[in-house]
Amino acid sequence: MELKRRQFLKIAGAAGLLGAGAAQGLFEGTAQASRVMHPEGALIGKRWAMVIDMRKCGEKEGCNDCINACNFVHNIPHFDTPKEEIKWIWKDEYEHVFTDISTLDPYVPERIKELPFLVMCNHCDNPPCVRVCPTKATFRRPDGIVAMDYHRCIGCRFCMAACPYGSRNFNWRDPRLGLKGRKLNYEFPTRMRGVVEKCNFCVERLAKGKMPACVEACKEGALTFGDLADPNSEVRKLLSENYALRRKPQLGTKPSVFYIIA
Amino acid sequence: MYDSGKVIAGLVIFVAIATFPFWFGMGKAAPMPKPEILTKGQKCVESKEYMRSTHMQLLNEWRDWALRDGKRLYENERGEKIYISLQNTCMKCHSNKDKFCDKCHEYASIKPYCWDCHYVPKESKKWN
Amino acid sequence: MIEKALQGSSRYWTWIGFLLVIIGAGFISYLYQLKTGLGITGMSRDVSWGVYIAQFTYLVGVAAGAVMLVIPELLHHYHPYRRVVVFGEFLAIAAVTMCLLFIVVDIGQPARLFNVLLHPTPNSILFWDMIVLNGYLLINIIVGYNTLLCDKKGIPVPKWVKFFAYVSIPWAFSIHTVTAFLYCGLPGRHAWLTAIMAPRFLASAFASGPALLIVLLLIVRKVSKYDPGDKVLQTIAKTVCYAMIANIFFVLLEFFTSFYSNIPGHMHGLEYLFFGLHGHDQLVPWMRTAGVLGFLGVFILLVPPLRRQVGLLALACVAIVVSCWIDKGTGLVIGGFVPNPFERITEYHPTIPEISIALAIWAIGFLILTVLYKVAISVREQELS
Repeated sequence: MELKRRQFLKIAGAAGLLGAGAAQGLFEGTAQASRVMHPEGALIGKRWAMVIDMRKCGEKEGCNDCINACNFVHNIPHFDTPKEEIKWIWKDEYEHVFTDISTLDPYVPERIKELPFLVMCNHCDNPPCVRVCPTKATFRRPDGIVAMDYHRCIGCRFCMAACPYGSRNFNWRDPRLGLKGRKLNYEFPTRMRGVVEKCNFCVERLAKGKMPACVEACKEGALTFGDLADPNSEVRKLLSENYALRRKPQLGTKPSVFYIIA
Repeated sequence: MYDSGKVIAGLVIFVAIATFPFWFGMGKAAPMPKPEILTKGQKCVESKEYMRSTHMQLLNEWRDWALRDGKRLYENERGEKIYISLQNTCMKCHSNKDKFCDKCHEYASIKPYCWDCHYVPKESKKWN
Repeated sequence: MIEKALQGSSRYWTWIGFLLVIIGAGFISYLYQLKTGLGITGMSRDVSWGVYIAQFTYLVGVAAGAVMLVIPELLHHYHPYRRVVVFGEFLAIAAVTMCLLFIVVDIGQPARLFNVLLHPTPNSILFWDMIVLNGYLLINIIVGYNTLLCDKKGIPVPKWVKFFAYVSIPWAFSIHTVTAFLYCGLPGRHAWLTAIMAPRFLASAFASGPALLIVLLLIVRKVSKYDPGDKVLQTIAKTVCYAMIANIFFVLLEFFTSFYSNIPGHMHGLEYLFFGLHGHDQLVPWMRTAGVLGFLGVFILLVPPLRRQVGLLALACVAIVVSCWIDKGTGLVIGGFVPNPFERITEYHPTIPEISIALAIWAIGFLILTVLYKVAISVREQELS
């Protein structure tokens, strides 16, 4: 192959620039990444998932144990105006949770229509929010958890438009205004105004070998958390023995939250 | 030159405004900050010199490792394993943010946004 | 060349002063928003984009509209457009600047805007929108400024400037296609999930952009010695007419697909906008007005004797500009968020600070436009003498 001098110089120059960039990337680090690891006892999965057993949930009327636990553990602010609401896990009715199958079917048992379906981020396999985020502030971890990097979020709210489940919240104001007088979890930060937030499947607790706060708080055992990729896991056992629904399956997002209805 | 009077006057005003911070602060050197160290005798994550010069880079890396890679245990130069967390590791020892962190940050006039979310229990009284 | 903008009549300076007052008021509102957060707007958890993003979407169209003059001039050698194209390009500069400002004010953490460059994410359409919009702004500055400079000196436009003018043609299509992709690729937002979103955007852009340009040229003719000529105005009007017909046709196609298929999710958005859904109908009068104005505009422009009367031409153009503004600057964005993913309805009312910020950005756009047009007019007047 004949390479002219000019061309060679061009290629060499470009390669040099690339090399310099890469080297800078390497040496920029102050410590080596190889010196970070998972803490001992951390729960490590390939595809975390949650199964909500509606036969057990709602046994106790007006029970809010899981929601209260989450609100405390994550210092979730409370605002009176619904417009500014922040919620990671909350309750809604069958017809609003399963919109695609419920609106045209009035013959569902009354009992089911009145159940308090728990909703949260679905930690999708194909998360549209991750697809649209312009800064990778929201991303899918190798264990299937769709996480948020609040440090990087620019607050464009594209993810909120993209999420078909209404799981995302924006901090319209300083969230600390909504924490006045509330008992805080000193182990966990708050968020700042101008960023999006949502359920994180309690990554911070999994790292310490603990189950998600909502799962731990449920006395009825209605919430089961586990690794979907592990055929022997509790969640897989539940799913193989019971018929479970996911929200809006036709959108191809493949949620990680399952509902055993009856 | 057209309008030389106006142009020169304008230039003088511009230079005066642009250099205002310099002559305004002349002879008024702020005293070096003296952060109050509560942790006498204890060792920080890395050496004192390293922390002094590079804590911000380390925090940035800690953030990405913990949050993005999900790896939350850090092995330091001394071979000790440390749990990665600004709020639960750093600020457990340096629980006096106002007399430690803020001292130098204020001196250097930088406002890291760490504290928009992370806090020490004592500080949280202000807004909680 | 730019110094021409510093010499003007008292009317000119009054207009500039008026714009500056609006900008000042909006700036104060923006400081308030920076301090308090986007909570000062009417946006909510359910309607998470509002006036800002809606104006952005509309103005991308206005910017793309300039290409409707570039194409006949460059590709079909339609020479009457030669002296007018620059007005289209300057309109594009003002419009794209407004687009970028609307994005900045809509963002929760504007200080982190450069994260989009620090962590480039090609799978995000917003990343591409940033590239095409900034590119389009640059192209129009290069082409518009250099063309005018050559006119001033009385020399032919150099080849490299022509090159960028050619590039601006596909680029104009790209800005509106990419902007449509922001919306039409989202699962679960039925009102937006339509393949003709991009064609619809382009059609409305090619109607409202040139229509606004006609109105502006009529004003230019009033306030200066430069007259683009009736022939030029009539030709642009025909373009507006065709584009608006296509736009209305596309909207009707949306109606057909949604209602003939009878899929509830697909009908909800249109039902909410045009008929009201579960008693929520605050946008119905707006959308119906948009419909009426659209048809009125097309009717006037379709009938040559009507179109040739300057008063009616202006009326038709204003009708089309307003119609497209309501359609894209109000209906499209809000309609996509109603009903929410839980089939619940949250309505959206912009707040006064929010409107004041939006007005200020419009005023900044008009300020840029005024200054640029002032320069262009002075060059054209110089050519006359």
